[in-house]
Amino acid sequence: MDGTPITRLAAIDYAVMAAYFLAVLGVGFALKRFMRTSTDFFLSGRSLPPWVTGLAFISANLGAQEVIGMGASGAKYGIATSHFYWIGAIPAMVFVGLFMMPFYYGSRARSVPEYLKLRFDEKTRTFNAISFAVMTVFSSGVSMYAMGKLFHVLLGWSFDVSVLVSAVIVLGYVTLGGLTSAIYNEVLQFFLIVFGFAPLVFLGLRSVGGWNGLTARLAEASTARGLPADAYTHAWRNMGDAASNPIGVEWFGLVAGLGFVLSFGYWCTDFLVVQRAMAANSMTGARRTPLIAAFPKMLFPFLVILPGMIALALTTGTGAGVIPAKLAATGGPLIDGAGRVVLDYDLATPMLLVRLFPSGLLGLGLTALLASFMAGMAGNVTAFNTVWTYDIYQSHIRPGASDEHYLKTGRIATVAGIILSVGAAYVAGAFNNIMDLLQLVFAFVNAPLFATFALGMFWRRTTGHGAFAGLLSGTIAAAVHHGLTLPRGAVAGVKGGYLGLVHVFPSELAQTFWTAIVAWTVCFVVTLVVSVATRPRPDGELVGLVYSLTPRPPAEKLPLLKRPWFLAAVILAATVGLNFVFA
Amino acid sequence: MTESVGLDIRAPIGGLFSVLGLMLAGYGAFAGAPTPTDINIDLWWGLVMLVFGISLLIFARRAMKQTDAP
Repeated sequence: MDGTPITRLAAIDYAVMAAYFLAVLGVGFALKRFMRTSTDFFLSGRSLPPWVTGLAFISANLGAQEVIGMGASGAKYGIATSHFYWIGAIPAMVFVGLFMMPFYYGSRARSVPEYLKLRFDEKTRTFNAISFAVMTVFSSGVSMYAMGKLFHVLLGWSFDVSVLVSAVIVLGYVTLGGLTSAIYNEVLQFFLIVFGFAPLVFLGLRSVGGWNGLTARLAEASTARGLPADAYTHAWRNMGDAASNPIGVEWFGLVAGLGFVLSFGYWCTDFLVVQRAMAANSMTGARRTPLIAAFPKMLFPFLVILPGMIALALTTGTGAGVIPAKLAATGGPLIDGAGRVVLDYDLATPMLLVRLFPSGLLGLGLTALLASFMAGMAGNVTAFNTVWTYDIYQSHIRPGASDEHYLKTGRIATVAGIILSVGAAYVAGAFNNIMDLLQLVFAFVNAPLFATFALGMFWRRTTGHGAFAGLLSGTIAAAVHHGLTLPRGAVAGVKGGYLGLVHVFPSELAQTFWTAIVAWTVCFVVTLVVSVATRPRPDGELVGLVYSLTPRPPAEKLPLLKRPWFLAAVILAATVGLNFVFA
Repeated sequence: MTESVGLDIRAPIGGLFSVLGLMLAGYGAFAGAPTPTDINIDLWWGLVMLVFGISLLIFARRAMKQTDAP
């Protein structure tokens, strides 16, 4: 990683970053004295107001994957990237708030794996806990790797120093203030991202001549790639056929794979986000957490996808492009099979930032990026330390110790989690789009999960053996499907095809979506069959864990704006509206 | 709104945004940064952030007074 940095910062930019670091550590120190019990540390004492947990709910997911990855996808796929929000997030967020939160929060489980233990058995919990722990460390490592690489390319900072400094800061505020500290910093980061990226979209749209100018320029880029002229600026119009849209997926794969399996698997079962809702101060607070989160989530495409599209628009045609080409091993630009230059999409958003922001604002934009990387890391680390302490350490290694002991274990697990993440950061690499990689990992581990939860929560006959067999076979099915298929133009190896080749997908995302669909279906069927063949648990043990056996909470006298059903209806109507506007 | 955690998140966020807003607006107004655009975006955006920061501080202060009152 040599070469001259793309830009240099002025003193004001460093001052903005320094102010942010001071605020972050200050919050950690201010919270330290409130961390008395392990519940304070791991679950914020279940005391946070829903708007705080709601903003943390989306911010925890707003790491490198989102800001850089969605900008990259914006440049790669255009406005169709909004499917990751309007199809791939909002419906699942509404579902988890309305239907699943009563069981997570109401059962008093302290983690998602612990719910599995209450509903099913120890082996199902352990399977989920271990795979989740591995995934959080991996995600946090990928986040660090991306950050170190990005700041090296942009500013010439040393990769090792960026990784180590950010690791130490995250370590500092998480060990001091636990989940509350992570959540508070996520809320802070939410506002930083909004204030750091809103002027980018404003200046960007101005420089391409508004939405009309953007459409005209992207039509050029689109036809140059052999796609219909409106492929980058319409989300649905070209989804009928995989060959005519930039994602390379047909509508069924998109809706079933992304919109149902991957999205519900992530938003409804991933402890990283569910943990934020569990920290809410009441049942309705917990139910409102994902619903409150859905409002900004709905509008995020404009903040994170548009910069990628603008960067692409400023790259087509004449003049120096915003998005640089990927470099081949020879040192020249990388050329794909069709003879076109391959762009380094991950640099789309950061390069636009450098191009359009003057000193001062540039510091703010880069601080927002740093904040998103660090919050992504902290989110993973707080979820990791909880699952490790409650679901692995307390249940297998040392049960029955004092609460103080577990609080200390949690702090040690935080340190260990961060050291492992730094290790993972050095392992990560070699992928052209961080998001594709993360989606692949989710497909193996998370895709079958939602089948297990849906059956567990809504069908009382589901048994522990059924759930475990389903999860295991679903994960194996994902690996087998991935091993037997390849995206077009790829060679066998990490992209699939390692077990032979029976099918070629038009794109990597199409392969990922279908891997998820296969995993989910196998898990669903196997869980069903094994459950029927094994002995069910008596109904009395399942009260509060299964829908049909749990008494409805008495209708609270809440103002209309605080009622979960009302919020859900508004969100869904607005989402449908957005899909029509950008169809 | 009471915060049993003891620290109202609006206070540190309001404080940080006020400081950042002052820094940006001051820089935009006096340092006269060479901008790639024709607007003095540092100045204007700094002011927007300052207003946001101050309003969060006001909210946090009001909430604190309410919890102090019996």
